[in-house]
Amino acid sequence: MALDLDAIREIAASVDDPELPHVTIGDLGIVRAVEQHGDRVRITLTPTYTGCPATEEILADVRSALSAAHIDAEVTMVMSPAWTTDWITDAGREKLRAVGIAPPAPAGQQPSVMLDLPVACPRCGSRRTHRIADFGATACKAPYRCNACKEPFESFKSL
Amino acid sequence: MLMTDTTGGNAALLNHVLRHGDRALVLAQRLGEWVAGSPELEEDMALANISLDLLGQARVLYTYAAELEGLGHDEDHFAYWRGPDQFRNPLIVEQPNGDFANTIARQFLHDAYAVAHWDALRLSSDETLAALAARAIKETSFHLRHSRGWLVRLGDGTDESHRRMQAGLDAMWPFAAELAALADENELRECGVVPDAGVRAAFETVVALAIGEATLTPPAPVEVATSGSGWDGTHSQHLVDLLDELQVLARAHRGASW
Repeated sequence: MALDLDAIREIAASVDDPELPHVTIGDLGIVRAVEQHGDRVRITLTPTYTGCPATEEILADVRSALSAAHIDAEVTMVMSPAWTTDWITDAGREKLRAVGIAPPAPAGQQPSVMLDLPVACPRCGSRRTHRIADFGATACKAPYRCNACKEPFESFKSL
Repeated sequence: MLMTDTTGGNAALLNHVLRHGDRALVLAQRLGEWVAGSPELEEDMALANISLDLLGQARVLYTYAAELEGLGHDEDHFAYWRGPDQFRNPLIVEQPNGDFANTIARQFLHDAYAVAHWDALRLSSDETLAALAARAIKETSFHLRHSRGWLVRLGDGTDESHRRMQAGLDAMWPFAAELAALADENELRECGVVPDAGVRAAFETVVALAIGEATLTPPAPVEVATSGSGWDGTHSQHLVDLLDELQVLARAHRGASW
C-alpha cells in the first residue's frame, strides 16, 4: 500500500513546539525524514540541544498527532547530522520575529559560536542592541535589550 | 560504530564512553547545586542551562554505553546503580562548588578541555561519538564563552574579585592536568575512534591565553600522578557525598519513575 508521505509529513510538521508559541517543529527544521517501510511509516526527528527538555514532549506530541490520524508510525530521534539554526524555515523566522524573538543569524560551518554579530531588534529593527546574558529561559535563546526602543527581547542563538 | 563483540577494543570503547558520561553527569549535578543560590538571576539560568546540556550529553553517552555493554541496561543504570569506585570522571568535576570564583575556575578549565575534546571527536571513526561531538561542540562552545567571560571579568576586575578568582584558579589547578592526560587510550587513538592529537595543546593554549587576559598568575605546572586518577575510578569523599544525593531517590524507590 502506498502511503501519502507528503500528507503524513504535514501532520508531523504541524505539531507545535512546546516552548515556542505558534512555531511548529516543521518551521524549526526538526523533521528530518518521513519514509515508508512496508505498511509502516518511519519518521525521524532531530533534537535541537542534547539536553533540551522539550525533546520528550515533541516525540509524544508527534506520536499522538499521528495516532489521532490513524497512522501507524515509528518516531525516533537521531543526532546526526546535528541540527543547526540554518534549518529554520523562512516562515519560521517570520513567526519568531512576530512573537518578539529575533531569528538566528546564519550559523555557517564554524564550530565556534558567532553570537557577537549585532542582532536586529524584532520590534523596531534597530541593530543597536546588546546581550543581557548568555542563557535565557530556554536553551535555544538569550535575553537582549534594544538601545533604540528600550524594549527587552529574546534572540534565538545561532548554532 | 564498532561491532558489539567482546573484543578488547569494545571494552576500551565502553570505558571511554563511561569516562565522559560520568564527567558530564557529575558536573551537571554540581552545577545544579547553584540553582536559586547563584550571585544573580541570570547566573541561575546560565548554570542550569549548562547543567542541562551536560545532562543531555551524559544521557546519550550512557545509552550508548548500555548498547556497547549488551547486558540490557539503560541510561539510568549507569547514573543510579553504580558506586563511587565505578565512576570514571576526572577529579575536577567532583570538587565542591566553593565560592562563585571557585566554580568558575572549575568550569573554565573543564570547558576549555571539553571544547578541545569534542572538536577532535568530530572526526571520530565511531559514528555515534562523531554525531554526539558535532552536537556537543556547539553547546560546549557557549559554555566556554560563558566561563571564560567570568574568569576575565573577575580576574581583571576589582582587587577583591581578582584575589578570589586567583584563589579559585589556584585551588582547581592541581586537577587540571589530569583532564588532558589519558595514557591508556592508545588503542582507541590508533584506530581513529579517539583522534585526540592536539587536544592537550589546544587545551593548554586556551587556558594560558585566558589566564593572561584575566591578569591572573598562572599556577606552577603540576605533575600528573601515574596512579590514582579519577578517570580510573579513584575518587575523593566529595564524589561519595555527591552520589548519595544524586542516587538516593532512585534507590529508595526502586523502579519508580518521575
